[in-house]
Amino acid sequence: MSALWRRCLAGIVERELLRFFRQRGRFFAALVRPVVWLVLFGTGLRSVMSLKEMPPYETAVPYEDYIVPGLIGLILLFNGMQAALSMVFDREMGSMKVLLVSPLPRWYLLTCRLLAGVIVGLPQVYAFLLFAWLWGVRPPLAGYLYVLPAVVLAGLMLGAIGLLVSSLVEQLENFAGVMNFVIFPIFFASTALYPLWQSPDANSILATAAWINPLSHAIELIRFALYGQLNATALATTVLVGLAVMALAVWRYDSGRILRRQLAGAA
Amino acid sequence: MMALEIAGVSHTYRRKALDAVSFAVTPGEFVVLLGLNGAGKTTLFSLIAGLLPLQAGTLHVLGHPLPQERTQALAGCGFVFQQPALDLDLTVSQTLRYHAALHGLSRRDARRRIDEELARSGLSDRADELVRSLSGGQRRRIEIARSLLHRVGLLVLDEATVGLDVPSRKAIADRARALCREDGTAVMWATHLLDEVSPEDRVVILHEGHVVDDARAERRAEPLPQRFARLVGLEAAA
Repeated sequence: MSALWRRCLAGIVERELLRFFRQRGRFFAALVRPVVWLVLFGTGLRSVMSLKEMPPYETAVPYEDYIVPGLIGLILLFNGMQAALSMVFDREMGSMKVLLVSPLPRWYLLTCRLLAGVIVGLPQVYAFLLFAWLWGVRPPLAGYLYVLPAVVLAGLMLGAIGLLVSSLVEQLENFAGVMNFVIFPIFFASTALYPLWQSPDANSILATAAWINPLSHAIELIRFALYGQLNATALATTVLVGLAVMALAVWRYDSGRILRRQLAGAA
Repeated sequence: MMALEIAGVSHTYRRKALDAVSFAVTPGEFVVLLGLNGAGKTTLFSLIAGLLPLQAGTLHVLGHPLPQERTQALAGCGFVFQQPALDLDLTVSQTLRYHAALHGLSRRDARRRIDEELARSGLSDRADELVRSLSGGQRRRIEIARSLLHRVGLLVLDEATVGLDVPSRKAIADRARALCREDGTAVMWATHLLDEVSPEDRVVILHEGHVVDDARAERRAEPLPQRFARLVGLEAAA
């Protein structure tokens, strides 16, 4: 990697970290969400949810153990959408143009933004894992290391989805709709909270939705990695969906479609 | 080699925004691109910056054709956008460091260039302040300093003085003109304000996507305000 490319990546990551540390509330807000789910939802449903033995678990596990990888997925999903919101904000504020006139290929600049978003998300994930450990959810120690590449890949894929969403959302005000039409359906129709496709009793439509939902595969990748195993299908799906969505998002930014829409409105 | 060479450039949204626009800017030249709102200045600016795809015509920036050699062209170009584009929650030096990184400057070079440009902008004492705390004129001067960090051969400013008071506008225009004289930087200054034109400036008048005039203000027999009003149809409206 040439010095120009390396310095550009370092600069973009530094900017995102500076912005993140200036908004400390964002860290705690991101942490409160999964913690509330784990403490309230997990405790409440523990007695009514009977989970059978299934990979990667060697025995039946408490419900809280099951939802921790799903809640990591929730952190990454919100992080991806936060990055998307930040992209739309940058576009409205003009900062996006500063990035796009840098003398590097657009795909690289956008990948740097994506990577910076994932780096910002990592402390949130590990802070949540620490809380989960204190709450009694204790995967094998090595799992904390194995889960890192899985979290990075899942974060990149969800960040790419966020990037694509940001290229489709015209104004900041429209972003509330993203919550209703992107985050909630993706999250609830995934394996985050219940093992939909493993359960023969599951509603077949919901099970199919979970199967085609990329978040499910990202969560399964994290779940297996946390227990020192590799889910090859989840890995392949996460990587392929991530690449495809990223290519689409780069095409939308590179083709000047977004600026064209803004200028055509003014013309 | 021309700093900027535009030949037969057209661009269409729903209607034609630029129609066969052609002109060139030589190194060290200060060119005012004068036109009313909607004349096509921002579209032309966006094409030069590679933010819009080129539909028709050819565009060379510092000898590099767009879009084929976009990255080489952008490496020698500085842009000041019509809409202020600063991170309000970063300090001045953090803002400039970010831009230096986007252009591949090493930490040491970046520090040196930031100090130089802040000194030239008269803002050395504001380096550690948040951009949010600066006035509109100071923010604009930071944007110009930012656009020059990587030593540019061509500086393009799109309505850089909109919304600023007279002293701030003069300070920014003086800074841009000094760049031409002292560094040999070519400057394209897009504006709709006639009072920003100096007698020695070359003025390209853009109207409804067409270049309707291209000459030095002092060489015109007819005074620029009257000529501009006639060419863009303001006389008839009045």
